[in-house]
Amino acid sequence: MFVGAVFFPLLGATLAGFFGRWLGDRASQWVTVLCMALAAVCGTSAFIQVALGHAPAVIEIVTFIDVAGFEVNWALRYDTLSVVMVAMVTFISTLIHLYSVGYMSHDQTTPRFFAYLSLFTFMMLMLVTADNLVQLFFGWEGVGLASYLLIGYWYEKESANRAAMKAFIVNRVGDVFFMLGLALTYWTFGTIEFATMFASIDQHLGDTILGMRSLEVIGVLLFLGACGKSAQLGLHTWLPDAMEGPTPVSALIHAATMVTAGVFLVARMSPIFEQAPVALTIVTIVGASTALFAATIGCVQNDIKRIIAYSTCSQLGYMFFAAGVGAYQGAIFHLFTHAFFKALLFLGAGSVIHAMSDEQDIRKMGGIWKKIPATYAVMWVGSLALAGVPFFAGYYSKDFVLEAAYASHSVAGMYAFICGCIAAFLTAFYSWRLIILTFHGAPRADHHTMEHVHESPWTMLVPLVLLAIGAMAAGAIFVEFFVGHEWEAFWNGAIVNGAANHIMHDVHEVPGWVPLAPTVIGIAGIALAYALYMLAPQIPGQLAARFHGVYLFLLNKWYFDELYDRIFVRPARRLAYTLWKVGDARIIDGMPNGAASLVLEGTRGAVRIQSGRVASYAFSMIIGLVAFITIFLLGATR
Amino acid sequence: MNAAGFPLLSLLTFLPLVGALIILSVRGDEAVVASNARWTALWTSLITFALSLILWVQFDKGSADFQFVERLAWMPNFGLNYAMGVDGISVLFVLLATFLTPLCILASWETITSRVREYMIAFLVLETMMVGMFCALDFVLFYVFFEAVLIPMFLIIGVWGGARRVYAAFKFFLYTLLGSVLMLLAILLLWYRAGTTDIIQLMATPIPAAMQTWVFLAFFASFAVKVPMWPVHTWLPDAHVEAPTAGSVILAGVLLKMGAYGFLRFSLPLLPEASAMFAPFMFTLSVVAVIYTSFVALAQEDMKKLIAYSSVAHMGIVTLGIFTFNAQGLSGALYTMLSHGIVSGALFLCVGVLYDRVHSREIARYGGVAKIMPAYALVFMLFTMASVALPGLAGFPGELLVIVGAWRVNPWVALGAATGMVLGAAYMLFLYRRVAFGRIGRDELKALLDMSPREHAIFAPLIIVTLWMGIYPQSFLDFFAATVTQLVARHEAALGAARLAGM
Repeated sequence: MFVGAVFFPLLGATLAGFFGRWLGDRASQWVTVLCMALAAVCGTSAFIQVALGHAPAVIEIVTFIDVAGFEVNWALRYDTLSVVMVAMVTFISTLIHLYSVGYMSHDQTTPRFFAYLSLFTFMMLMLVTADNLVQLFFGWEGVGLASYLLIGYWYEKESANRAAMKAFIVNRVGDVFFMLGLALTYWTFGTIEFATMFASIDQHLGDTILGMRSLEVIGVLLFLGACGKSAQLGLHTWLPDAMEGPTPVSALIHAATMVTAGVFLVARMSPIFEQAPVALTIVTIVGASTALFAATIGCVQNDIKRIIAYSTCSQLGYMFFAAGVGAYQGAIFHLFTHAFFKALLFLGAGSVIHAMSDEQDIRKMGGIWKKIPATYAVMWVGSLALAGVPFFAGYYSKDFVLEAAYASHSVAGMYAFICGCIAAFLTAFYSWRLIILTFHGAPRADHHTMEHVHESPWTMLVPLVLLAIGAMAAGAIFVEFFVGHEWEAFWNGAIVNGAANHIMHDVHEVPGWVPLAPTVIGIAGIALAYALYMLAPQIPGQLAARFHGVYLFLLNKWYFDELYDRIFVRPARRLAYTLWKVGDARIIDGMPNGAASLVLEGTRGAVRIQSGRVASYAFSMIIGLVAFITIFLLGATR
Repeated sequence: MNAAGFPLLSLLTFLPLVGALIILSVRGDEAVVASNARWTALWTSLITFALSLILWVQFDKGSADFQFVERLAWMPNFGLNYAMGVDGISVLFVLLATFLTPLCILASWETITSRVREYMIAFLVLETMMVGMFCALDFVLFYVFFEAVLIPMFLIIGVWGGARRVYAAFKFFLYTLLGSVLMLLAILLLWYRAGTTDIIQLMATPIPAAMQTWVFLAFFASFAVKVPMWPVHTWLPDAHVEAPTAGSVILAGVLLKMGAYGFLRFSLPLLPEASAMFAPFMFTLSVVAVIYTSFVALAQEDMKKLIAYSSVAHMGIVTLGIFTFNAQGLSGALYTMLSHGIVSGALFLCVGVLYDRVHSREIARYGGVAKIMPAYALVFMLFTMASVALPGLAGFPGELLVIVGAWRVNPWVALGAATGMVLGAAYMLFLYRRVAFGRIGRDELKALLDMSPREHAIFAPLIIVTLWMGIYPQSFLDFFAATVTQLVARHEAALGAARLAGM
């Protein structure tokens, strides 16, 4: 069961990937769906056994690396934290596989698509069940690879290729820090296996590296790694571009699962973060800033998928600042509910795009709600959950996260609370802007497209309905376990709150207005969107014209891409070219040639040297070496 | 006398030479000779590979000593022996050489059409020299093989290479030979002092610190060019570009390892103090190599040149790992050498597949290949990812270990090595995108055929090894664990003794 949950997707990927040509499109689709369904069954029963039955387990498979104490094993670690992720990932992935059967039906290379999708799921499961940092890194990079392949799935599109490369490389920037964090972890603890590492944490509280506390440095390095994968401020630029991939991919990878890996990492390393207050403060501030920053951009975007992408970015910020104030459970709870409603929103958007003949610009939609009522309904459910309207899933988790920020009583916590509240307002606003522009008003698409608007096939609707149920009920059902009265038994030590960290209790003692605030703010945001886009649709245009600078600033995503292009991409290209043409060709290769000709000129007449390339190389090499050694020795003996 | 019961290493070394002699004796018209030469070369190299598997099975992983040792008096008056033997450091390189040679011969099956007989002879002689070099336990013997490797390689580039082959061949030959002259002087010096050139005995003879510096520099001159380290790397791209595909595979796969092997085999154990003294210098050069050549690779317009520059960057990781002097760094360096041997060899073969069809290495002439050659695209992607050290593939364990080892020495050095992760991803994915992705623009590309059965047969073993090395690296790490541990212990003991003597 434990093994099956992880390895069934790999089986599916292998079958579809290598034997897809013989199996045919239909068979390879359904075989991956079947494998995923089996994995989901395994995942759910593992959840029941481990999380509800309180029976964690570790399954060792084989030694990966063992060099002089640097010991790494392939192993599956099932505790509550990982099993929550396993159950969620397998469940959502199964639905998305099913959805893809309908969505990708016109595609020419469906086996390849399903193989990638299953491969991704496998890597994600390896990530969450990792028993040590190296295996986690294996999954971490594996999901990066799958994401790269899927973003660039339509590889004939230049924009898709560019987005895929960008995603991989920006992620790699984060991975460098992850790798360094891993190295420091090993040299601090002498192990990178979680259980042994956490057990010996007390002995290493005072360790320092480069004049800083080791645990703080580990925390910051790992968080920087998490920033890359989870698209936090600074390393977020790849996520909106990743929407070039097919919509089910956006739903699975860039909303529900992969991007939350960073949050998972912070929660997994909670014992270390608990001893690293500075790192936690950084996490809080970056998370809160991202939540607000992404929400502001979401308000003016016009691509239906990009709006949801920025919304994802923003919600990830919520998760991070929840972890930053020490409420890791709340972060994972928000991750859990978010997976349902964000996957729902993306798949709903996919259904809209499908209906609109692949149109993604919401300015060219409108007036279609009667034609696709089921999609319309589920988009409402998803948006209500996202906005945190009471009794939908997002209400419980977002409320908890904001209360935790308030209850932390730190400056960073208050900053997070304020950012979170503003972002909640903006979230509600852009969600309803999206709904109104997409579904209501006069149709803005051309006649031809409007005639073709149709509801999606059952393979797409069934996942939508199931996710909608999840988006309505997941919060209410699980709130007691994740963050309510039963949290201690439920988590069973999988997440550690330090001795001084009472946030899980303090949350329930905040002033009465704090739990109400997000709801009120959310409804205000909905009201504003309704007023602006439904009642007075001319006002947004006027506002944009009036505050043109602000509008452009937001529309261009705070100019991050332009900035990075200016300070990283273009200089790198120029540097590359210079090093090649000047460094290699002129200086390094030029030196032997130049020295040779000098020698030749100087000694012409006195000594007859054979002319020609061979001799000049020979001569100059010797002279070069002698000079090199002499200079070096002069330096060395002094 | 040794574990195999017969002189296995000598057999491995000289069997290819026997094959070469057989090919030499074939008479007849040209087509018959060519076909005979091909089959003889293939069978010889396959038998050699099969024999070398005995090493894999019978090598005692628990021992750090030299195994399968053979010793004959060669010139007893001068203290020179014919001594062969392998330890954990060298055993896998012997296997690497015997593994790649048959694949190279297969890869040249159809592409080499002129002077097939001479080509195959050159390859078999090359194998002899490579295997001999990794087995030699006598410094002079080592030197003979070390230099003799250059001759067949020189011919392979110079005769069967591309348009500027003569220039590239001479550049390659002179660069690599001239560095070695100084090493010869150093060997003579050691010989004069110790009265023997037996490596085991030399290791037991401490060298005064002042002399170590000079000897180290002499070795450095030779090994650094072979690695190649920055800034003496420029011969490599030219050699690769002009060499035939199989020549590039051996060049990247085995010949580049000779320099690093030299550092491991001689510089570290014989010259511990000088090595420690020069370590910061080596780190600097290595980090510069990683960053500098990665950038240069980014600008390349020729597929082979790009991969050649990436080799320099990877070898920078190797030299960095060697001079960390800890078990992780050294194991990582060894592992990177092995994985790079497989992966870069495979990448050159990937380029060869396209070159055979289109006769161009210019990246701009390709695009959209994935559409018509899906199997090829998959293989190419796999090795691209292995090259950027994706976990689960061959490149990762080595890089991980080197970075972990480097952090111990200096976190900034580790950061320098780790930037290679980003830059490596950038240039490899950029290459892949321009070659395989996009829309097919040119009509000539539309008619390309996907990989032939022969090409499948070449890539299959490489794919298996790449996955195996990525998923279960411990099966390789076991081979050198004991030797590396001993190397580190000796190094520390030597430094400790020197410190005591200094007090």
